[in-house]
Amino acid sequence: MSHNRMRMARGDLGALIAALSDRGYRILGPTVGDGAIIYDELESDTDLPVGWGEDQSPGAYRLVRRQDQAVFGFTLGPHTWKKFLYPAEERLFQVTLEGMSFQPEAPAGVKQAFFGVRACERQALSILDRVFLENEHVDSGYAARRRDTFIVAVNCTTSSPACFCASMGTGPEHRGDFDLCLTELLTPKRHDFLVEAGSAVGEAIMKEVPHCEADEADVAQAEKQIEATAKEMSRSMDGDNAAQLLSRNLEHPRWHEVADRCLSCANCTMVCPTCFCSTVEDTTDLTGDHAERWRRWDSCFNQDFSYAAGGHARSSTMSRYRQWLTHKLSGWHEQFGTSGCVGCGRCITWCPVGIDLTEEVAAIRAADGAVAATSKAEDCHA
Amino acid sequence: MLSELQRTELPADPMLPRPYRIQRVRRELPGTFTWELAPANGDLPSSFEPGQFNMVYVGGIGEIPVSISGDPANPEKMIHTIRAVGQLTRAMETFGRHTVVGLRGPFGTPWPVDEIRGRDVVLVSGGLGLAPLRPAFYHLLQEREAYNRIILLYGARDPDEILYRDEIKQWRRHLDLDVEVTVDSALGRWRGHVGVVPELIKRVDFDPERTTGLICGPEVMMKYSAIALINRGVAAENLYVSMERNMKCAVGFCGHCQLGPHFVCKDGPVFRYDHIKSAFSVREL
Repeated sequence: MSHNRMRMARGDLGALIAALSDRGYRILGPTVGDGAIIYDELESDTDLPVGWGEDQSPGAYRLVRRQDQAVFGFTLGPHTWKKFLYPAEERLFQVTLEGMSFQPEAPAGVKQAFFGVRACERQALSILDRVFLENEHVDSGYAARRRDTFIVAVNCTTSSPACFCASMGTGPEHRGDFDLCLTELLTPKRHDFLVEAGSAVGEAIMKEVPHCEADEADVAQAEKQIEATAKEMSRSMDGDNAAQLLSRNLEHPRWHEVADRCLSCANCTMVCPTCFCSTVEDTTDLTGDHAERWRRWDSCFNQDFSYAAGGHARSSTMSRYRQWLTHKLSGWHEQFGTSGCVGCGRCITWCPVGIDLTEEVAAIRAADGAVAATSKAEDCHA
Repeated sequence: MLSELQRTELPADPMLPRPYRIQRVRRELPGTFTWELAPANGDLPSSFEPGQFNMVYVGGIGEIPVSISGDPANPEKMIHTIRAVGQLTRAMETFGRHTVVGLRGPFGTPWPVDEIRGRDVVLVSGGLGLAPLRPAFYHLLQEREAYNRIILLYGARDPDEILYRDEIKQWRRHLDLDVEVTVDSALGRWRGHVGVVPELIKRVDFDPERTTGLICGPEVMMKYSAIALINRGVAAENLYVSMERNMKCAVGFCGHCQLGPHFVCKDGPVFRYDHIKSAFSVREL
């Protein structure tokens, strides 16, 4: 943390939301819904999950009441910010079939503020930027939505048992790339936020919100809380070394073992903040003269995902789990110069059978170089 | 800070097809046909490099990747050879002249025809795999003096399944080309080779030290052709293959065509063999 540190009373959080709203931002953030903390539109600070926390473990998630009135006393639910940048379904174009006249979708720029982005999630947005903006081609819809997105970051002052951002170097503290960053300062005696502005717009907005200059004690408390959060994380993964480890262990027996548990349900890819795979669907109306093309989220766990003329390239669950994990932890480095994993742990919590990728990587590492019996007989002399 | 991002005008949408009109349909084989296309609005078609592909869209039914099989020096004729095997391609088979379809592209990596000047070039193809190689072969013919030996090896299931038969006959008359055709099985009338394509590699004359192999066909054929060339002494880094996967977006957004760490749509379809070798040895990669 560096310059521009301000202190804002908990009571003025509503003023911050109002200031954003007055500037025309649609405020999106955490709220309680469907028995979980989800991301939805916020009207005021009362929509935030005040006093809520959650119990998380592999395959389990439950909301719990906290003893205090913490605003950000939870970690991550099943939603990710990607749905506001890269919708789960989106029309790509319409076409009048007579003469084949294509009408592109005019990507509507939306002023939106993401309120409460965690450090791991900020990293996930950078990763999606690499996929959709910093590639040879630019995704016009993503670009239009992304350019007017205001980011209110939150440093984590609590962690869940699924979290492993500290070991991945992606959290729990933000390292820039936000418009505003909040750290909740909560003790029995006080309830404030340490606020840091990371952009001119962020600074301008804080001029409209009551605050004072932060003192050293505020900064020290924030740092202490963040440090304690990093320390309490018990789960860890050596993300950098996982890339080479997995790419040299494509025939490891562990892939078969995890495939026996994996249901190939695609939950992990749906809750992952960086999974970006999609498919397209072509439709026509009843007159037969109007067609549309829609893009929908897809998953490498779906049987049809690898279908091409001649059959499915990956028909076994083994090959699909291997595809997901090696892409996430290994292939991503070659494709985008970064791991595809940010250590958020959502795939662990929301896996119905509690498969834990950190455990899978550790198991492969423990028997590095092992080859499954079924692969040994294969013709590999090419 | 983020508001500066992509503030400039958004580039052309790579997901939006352009209308192309079918100018000519040629029935190549039973179930295999070739379209010659031109932009329906009178624009010039996009230029392309040998080995690249287009996404071909049929209104309301779907879209598939199809390699370009025309002459890169003559891009005003956009040529696609298609085999009717699924719902979409069967519908395409019924289309006649003047039908308008959508095209996006060209996409993907080309055969390295310029980098391999001065070398012996062995083109190895099987079945419909001749279609993505034909633009490279046209280029080699045009620049014949720039290359040393040029050898085309082609395998088909039987003599009735030989693609571009008339052209192959013409090419065989050239004195500065080696063109060999083999079939898996034939009746007594057939005077040519019988057997798989990799067997042909043993019969032709080239200098392994200065040879580049361009291989396109079914994966198993590409694998054994590569092995046969390596056994003749050609280095693996001088072999190129064209991979086929289910490209849906063609620009690296949709994830479908991944093969190991590669997106076949933009890192391929043409790969250096030693960069993609695991695709031939690891099942269900």
